[in-house]
Amino acid sequence: MGVLTPLDRPNSYIGRSVPRPNAKRLLAGRGRYVTDITLPRMLHVAYVRSPYAHARIVSIDAQAARKMPGVRLIATGEDLAKLCTPWVGTMDHFKGMKSPPQLPLPIDKVVWSGQAVVAVVADTRALAEDAAEAVYIEFDELPAVVDIDAARDPSAPVISPELGSNLCFHGKIDTGGVEDIFANAAHVVEEEFHFGRHTAVTMEPRAIIADYDVSEAKLTVHHATQTPYQFQDIYARHYGIPESSVRVIAPDIGGSFGMKLHMYHEDMAVVGLSMMLGRPVKYVADRIESFVSDIHARDHRVRARMAADTDGNILAMDVEDVTGIGAFSAYPRTSVVEGNQVYRLMGAPYTFRNYRADLQVVFQNKVQMSQYRAVGHPVACTVTERLVDMIAEKTAHDVFDIRSRNMIADDAYPCTSPTGYQFEALSHHACLAKVKAMMNYDGLRAEQAELRTKGIHRGIGIATFVEITNPGPAFYGVGGARISSQDGAIVKITPAGDVHCSISVTELGQGTETIIGQIVAEHLGVDRDRIKVMTGDTDTTPYGGATYACRGAGIGGETALQAAKKLKANVLAVAAAILQDEPDRLDVQSGWIVEAGTGQQRIELSEIARIAYFRSDTLPPGTQAQLSVAHHYAPQGYPFAFTNGIQACHLELDVETGLVKILKLWVVEDCGRVINPLLVDEQIRGGVVQGLGAAFFEECVYGDNGQLTNGSLADYLVPMAVEMPDIEIGHVETLTLDTQLGAKGVGEAGTAAASAAALNAINDAMKPFGGTIAQVPMTPARLLKALGHI
Amino acid sequence: MSDLVNVTMTVNGTEVSHSIAPRITLADFLRQTLELTGTHTGCEMGVCGACLVILDGRVVHSCLTYAVQASGAAIETVEGLSERTAIADLQEAFHQRNALQCGFCTPGMLMTAHALLSQPGVPTREEIRDALSGNYCRCTGYEAIVDAIAKVARDRDAGVIAQASEEVGAWAC
Repeated sequence: MGVLTPLDRPNSYIGRSVPRPNAKRLLAGRGRYVTDITLPRMLHVAYVRSPYAHARIVSIDAQAARKMPGVRLIATGEDLAKLCTPWVGTMDHFKGMKSPPQLPLPIDKVVWSGQAVVAVVADTRALAEDAAEAVYIEFDELPAVVDIDAARDPSAPVISPELGSNLCFHGKIDTGGVEDIFANAAHVVEEEFHFGRHTAVTMEPRAIIADYDVSEAKLTVHHATQTPYQFQDIYARHYGIPESSVRVIAPDIGGSFGMKLHMYHEDMAVVGLSMMLGRPVKYVADRIESFVSDIHARDHRVRARMAADTDGNILAMDVEDVTGIGAFSAYPRTSVVEGNQVYRLMGAPYTFRNYRADLQVVFQNKVQMSQYRAVGHPVACTVTERLVDMIAEKTAHDVFDIRSRNMIADDAYPCTSPTGYQFEALSHHACLAKVKAMMNYDGLRAEQAELRTKGIHRGIGIATFVEITNPGPAFYGVGGARISSQDGAIVKITPAGDVHCSISVTELGQGTETIIGQIVAEHLGVDRDRIKVMTGDTDTTPYGGATYACRGAGIGGETALQAAKKLKANVLAVAAAILQDEPDRLDVQSGWIVEAGTGQQRIELSEIARIAYFRSDTLPPGTQAQLSVAHHYAPQGYPFAFTNGIQACHLELDVETGLVKILKLWVVEDCGRVINPLLVDEQIRGGVVQGLGAAFFEECVYGDNGQLTNGSLADYLVPMAVEMPDIEIGHVETLTLDTQLGAKGVGEAGTAAASAAALNAINDAMKPFGGTIAQVPMTPARLLKALGHI
Repeated sequence: MSDLVNVTMTVNGTEVSHSIAPRITLADFLRQTLELTGTHTGCEMGVCGACLVILDGRVVHSCLTYAVQASGAAIETVEGLSERTAIADLQEAFHQRNALQCGFCTPGMLMTAHALLSQPGVPTREEIRDALSGNYCRCTGYEAIVDAIAKVARDRDAGVIAQASEEVGAWAC
């Protein structure tokens, strides 16, 4: 017998790798994605899109299209504006931010190439597309505002003249003292970084079916989204439908990564079209439409410098970030959050106290930019970690030593970053030591030196990071956005003694339903296979924020935990009445009421349920069994549960071709309590690969006239299996004491630092040649340029 | 609009006959006409692999194949392979290893894996990664998928799971 661990207790599921029950139907081809759903009398919409990045709409002629076979409705911006009130993507806590009002379809001008202008609804998608080709729109092309510097030039055309300029938001942080430190520092390093636009490329494109029932004035929306309640609120408010008459159902979702929680014009239009027709209307973006209408992410140019003393102690950072967000700020989460997190996360792992930053968020005639997995983190991490490596080089420190010297000590918490973030407890040094051992760092360095003599150029790069998870209302609520930071669960016992849990956090394939089942099973005391978890339906789950910003496990999990404990207390009260015992002398294990001390079985849970539901006459007088509970949990304490970790990248650069072979990635991550190691590790791996995509392949490339030039999956490169390395993962577990569960988030950690580790590894590989690079993606052409070959 | 044409083919062992528009792709025919929604369309240009099906023993992109081209052919989709338990070991390995998250790419992944493991020999990890390069996955980072396929390859080789040998060729279209 080995030593017993907490996992050896009955119903101990927290911390255990268990597979996802709901994955089986996906493996059998029985997933039910919105793209798969067909409703009776359902119609399909295709959109006529703008070929220009910036143009006035002179006229729309749909006469011929209306006569095409199967066409049921052709609607313009004016038609939909009669039903739908405009929306504005601003939040109050971003002082001075501005954005123009938006409508489902534009009325007088288009502001990006690919913007939907006219909706054509027909019996099939193919017929709708046929008719869309017969719609004639006359445009008067205007000068496109594309470049982030040109957009800010006083002579630039202003995309929304009523706003006065193309500046959406200007933020500044200054702790003071920065100028003096840089003037007197022994070492100053500086660099200009470029982060390309990229996009989520979910395998299932955006999909929505709006079904407005005129007879009852009720709207049901089958929506491929991660945030059903947010959209219930939006549809209700902007279409003037009572909130209780709007139901949003999010079934199986084919990937989201933050992309499917923004308001898209086509999606909003579909609701109005269904109201006009009184029939279900379906819209599925095709892949080319996805590229020109899904949010893009990043698009930052950062000029940054770092000061250090002679020993390599970092003294200060000075940062200027300019980011282009398209023609307006996204709704309802805005397009300032990414820039805000970029300039607040800079330098987060380190002890220096003097920081100055300037953030400018700029309108331009491109697709809207907003939150996507690891919002802002890769930008802040890459800038910080590259500058730290540059300080290391100047001061002749190893990359591990320079970090060890400057990182916040593991026993120095709680503490606050120069930008105001409050850290409860992080574990940078433990993670640093662990990854160094895992990767056999000294061995890799020796191998690198030897291979260099043979003309083989390998690079080793590390990047430490801090991630924002479990946001409270400080994230959106205080800014006036109707986005909930609390979640709710209803847990009930069925007459057979099974357990049903409906909860407001949503399943996107990451395993939400699985971990909620694990938590309820453990804290209620039943076997996991007796529990059914339901998510993704505003009619059947309690109100809640759902899944974003790595909150499913930390906030949703705590909600489930507290609900399960509440239900267990109710169960024990009934059991005690039946057994004529005291509740605190009883416990629930494996679906049995047992004696708390000995585990001796007394009565089966199913028997309690049978009596409560069918023979309440046999209960003592006054006993009302409460075998369902509803419970809500809103995060309290720290505004965010910060996590941390470190990634290391090992790669080989072909200095003749610029091609890179990524050999291996290591990640040590501290997300607090690990509920399911299998799922956590796969979240990290998936996130790392998205980060490597940004590092080497993915970029939405625009021409000078604002045309996206690579908007197809043949032209826009995403990582393929053959290009990706194996990824080794280790954990440090620093629990948050704000919750009983102790879990923080993990979904974005992989993406947060992978591109930074890769960029540092590439620069390490290029060291013998003197070249450097500070731009992602690091394409072969850019690498050859950095090497001086072209 | 063109006139409808009749197509007859065998899908998952059952003969089906429908009058369809000639422009309908095999993917749309399977998904919309036959309601076999396990086959997915992710790019509709033969890049992502979500739409892979078996046509006369070869793995093809159903998004690049017109339904009329498949007239007379035998088609097998993930539903058919599941029902006749041809990939039960792969599905179990994917499940245990969590080699899927959103699951949208998964039927295509299973098609590629099924074809690869129908070839003689035990593929290396590199060969598995190479074979999967026509299948995009945005969730997993691929490693778990490689692990799951490698495990089934080893198990089948060791005869742990009796598996009727069946030849499935790779990638037309």
